[in-house]
Amino acid sequence: MVPGVGHLVLGRRQLGVHLLVYTLIVLGVLGWRWGRFAHAFTTTAVDQWVAALFLVASLVGAVGFSVWDVRRIARRPARPHEGKSPMRIAMRRFRANALAVASVYVILLLYLVAILAPLLAPHDPATIEHVLETRYLAPSWAHLMGTDEFGRDLLSRAIYGARISLSIGLLAMLVAKLIGTTYGAIAGYAGGWVDNVMMRAVDVVIAFPTFYLMLMLVGVFEANILVLVLILGLTAWPGTARFIRGEFLSLKEQEFIESARGIGLPPYRIILKHLIPSALSPVLVSAAFSVAGMIGAEAGLSFLGLGIRPPTPSWGNMVSAGQDALLVAWWVAFFPGALLAAVLISFSLLADGLRDALDPKALMRRYV
Amino acid sequence: MLLQVRDLAAYFFLDEGVLKAVDGLSFDVDAGETVALVGESGCGKTIVALSLLGVVPAPGRVVGGSVRFDGVDVVRASPAELRRVRGAGIGIVFQEPGAALNPVHTVGRQIADVVQLHRGLSRREADAEAVRLLGEMEIPEPEKRAKAYPHELSGGMRQRATIAIAVSARPRLLIADEPTTALDVTIQREILELLAHLQQDFGMSLLIITHDIGVVEEMARRVMVMYAGKLVEVGEAERVFREPKHPYTQGLLRSVPRLGSGRKAPLEGIPGVVPDLLALPPGCSFHPRCPLGDASCTFEFPPLESVAGRLCACYKVHDVVTI
Amino acid sequence: MMSSRSDALLELRGLKIYFPFGHRWFGRREWVRAVDGVDLEVRRGEIFGLVGESGSGKTTLGRAVLRLVEPTAGAVRFDGIDVLALRGRELRRMRRRFQIVFQDPYRSLSPRMQIKSLIAEPLRLHRIVPEGEVEKRVLELLGLVGLEPYFMYRYPHEMSGGQRQRVAIARAMALEPDFLVADEPVSALDVSVQAQILNVLLDLQRRVGIAMLFITHDLAVVERIADRVAVMYQGKIVETGETERVLDHAEPPYTRRLLAAARGVT
Repeated sequence: MVPGVGHLVLGRRQLGVHLLVYTLIVLGVLGWRWGRFAHAFTTTAVDQWVAALFLVASLVGAVGFSVWDVRRIARRPARPHEGKSPMRIAMRRFRANALAVASVYVILLLYLVAILAPLLAPHDPATIEHVLETRYLAPSWAHLMGTDEFGRDLLSRAIYGARISLSIGLLAMLVAKLIGTTYGAIAGYAGGWVDNVMMRAVDVVIAFPTFYLMLMLVGVFEANILVLVLILGLTAWPGTARFIRGEFLSLKEQEFIESARGIGLPPYRIILKHLIPSALSPVLVSAAFSVAGMIGAEAGLSFLGLGIRPPTPSWGNMVSAGQDALLVAWWVAFFPGALLAAVLISFSLLADGLRDALDPKALMRRYV
Repeated sequence: MLLQVRDLAAYFFLDEGVLKAVDGLSFDVDAGETVALVGESGCGKTIVALSLLGVVPAPGRVVGGSVRFDGVDVVRASPAELRRVRGAGIGIVFQEPGAALNPVHTVGRQIADVVQLHRGLSRREADAEAVRLLGEMEIPEPEKRAKAYPHELSGGMRQRATIAIAVSARPRLLIADEPTTALDVTIQREILELLAHLQQDFGMSLLIITHDIGVVEEMARRVMVMYAGKLVEVGEAERVFREPKHPYTQGLLRSVPRLGSGRKAPLEGIPGVVPDLLALPPGCSFHPRCPLGDASCTFEFPPLESVAGRLCACYKVHDVVTI
Repeated sequence: MMSSRSDALLELRGLKIYFPFGHRWFGRREWVRAVDGVDLEVRRGEIFGLVGESGSGKTTLGRAVLRLVEPTAGAVRFDGIDVLALRGRELRRMRRRFQIVFQDPYRSLSPRMQIKSLIAEPLRLHRIVPEGEVEKRVLELLGLVGLEPYFMYRYPHEMSGGQRQRVAIARAMALEPDFLVADEPVSALDVSVQAQILNVLLDLQRRVGIAMLFITHDLAVVERIADRVAVMYQGKIVETGETERVLDHAEPPYTRRLLAAARGVT
């Protein structure tokens, strides 16, 4: 079944439209770049494989999900009194926020472009040839963002740069949140001396000046994506840990948790099923802000020459390279900078939207 | 006539619809009298209190009617006029004894601040007045207590402090919204007695809002029973409680367990639940739960009519037999 | 200590629960004596009322019976078994036999779970019925507390206080306990709803024969519902006995003060 059509027929318009549009985009890309796509399977470059496989996998996934979900909906008995879960209410509030929804689309689009970089980029970001003729060309149809000092197409470099910035941002946030949440959950639930010891360890980590720590680590290890993700993630987890621990300490005393203990739920189930979902909302908001922070941090490091080093493009080091030519070729620094700004603003709007949507007061019935 | 409320309506404009918290309330309060507004949670009574002061929180607002206090219509007053009415004209005490108190200032300071604001005293005079007020509230060792922070005081003490703030500007009308609900039974008596004393000493009018019938019997001369945003029975407390005419009032009185009535007396509630103010039943809002409700109750909410010496809003009032 | 009464389901002897007050590394520790030496017995099938004002320790005592709070000293015996000595899996299995209903219906139900899941959670945890019969049992339990089947798919925030309290009772009864601690179960509810919930509890006693420790500050309520009553003040029991005797012929001064205040207000 064509993804989306089934849902449209069943009346689930939003989901249907999204699936359909996505399928069209994928097919469009496949059609436009068929040559490269086919070629990708013959190379050994990992990123080409990733891009091509992603395309195929997502298409298969869309079809598969479409079929499965349509069947699932058709099978379900009508439940006229189905209540609205707090999550659904939050999603509804979120969708009412136009800016937040727009920022979600922008972010998803950027990530899609980043993953499909090898297929989409019009030119090879690394090729240097005929430098004298191609350097510092102003934006034109041939080079939508112009060329840089070495004649490399900036649009392509920006696309590849997106991969670096966006993936580091996301992964570093995941590292920080996963470690922080687990650590904080254990400390918060255990309480007592365990909590005390664990929090003192956190204090020690926080006491290190983050920036200098990063400089030091970057100096010692070669700055590739993995290293940067680890550095950024490992310096950020204590904040989340403290927060989760605080939430758990207060949630632990709430009656619904006591009720869970009362029926005999083992601690790990209480944490997973009751405590974490309740503590999750603020973590989600903070995660969105955090991605923005990580992207900014990576850009800053690369800008200073401490992060990703040229010739690998990262928006940060592209801006740095463009600094010298600002008066001559403004586009070299402008476009990466603008893209950075766009991503950061989008994540901030997303975080704001999440925060408004997840506001716990939304659930309180107005008892007058 | 100190307070005249006519057709007061306050609605909340929510995503899900319009919530009619207060829908056409009319009543009077005379100088020096004690009136009780009785209702359960979800009937809108707290919003009535907030409307009288012009402090209904968004997304709600007063959409109609008038509240005339001392010549000023609170609904249409300017901010300057409102400021004069609040505090010096009308004072208010809320349910949670701690909620009205700022946790980072001492109790004495908070009272003194209000005194300074409304009576223009100097800081030293205001502090002394604060101690004196605490004493009037029958708090032992008021000088010591004035230096205490809210969390260092018991619930009863905090409520007395809140009352002190409310009466510090000598209001002509004191609104007490569930003043004793969050307190222990022994303290409840004391607070109610305090309110009665203050009323006599200052010649204040008292509007007590509560769900506790016992409190009403103790304190009020007149009672108004509220259900789903409207008044259903209004009259002298003694008369209404001795012979309630509205089925809701009857049900309410039957639900209250009374000490000394014996173990085997059956407990009766009112079947069903209070209606969602967003989705009120058509006609009389009580009819789905009413033992006398039938099709004739579904067209319009019954008007208040004078029956047996009080006002009652029920189509069946002439068929109603007191149990 | 062996119980001399064979019909005593719950026995508390010399129960003390002290909480440390303030943090002092050196010098004397201060203790808050929430429960200060309590002896109490609840017999099979009876509703035992525990009356006290705030700060009397009654809530702490109720939680300690279920070991939601660990006692500092004393003994808790349930059906002859020493509850305080149980650990881990044994304790969890023992929890089937005593359950608790809390005061605040707005905070005692997990907000993200449907009613069906809330009631099914204990059923599944202790494997009381096979998975295929869970839904049927949930419906039975809803019927036991007087809720219509369609509430199964609702969420707590869509229900009123009284309805939520019924769900809490259904959830507690899912484990088929012999004993229920009801911690001020109606104090947060409107008067007209209080009567409904009290009737549900009385009905449970009649139908299932469950014993209850009914904790409250409201003397009028306890008069209606309790067979025997104990009055608690500052961590100690000042009086125990048949409800009628305690309420009509109270001797200790505190009880009389309580009664006088209650009579005046209620």
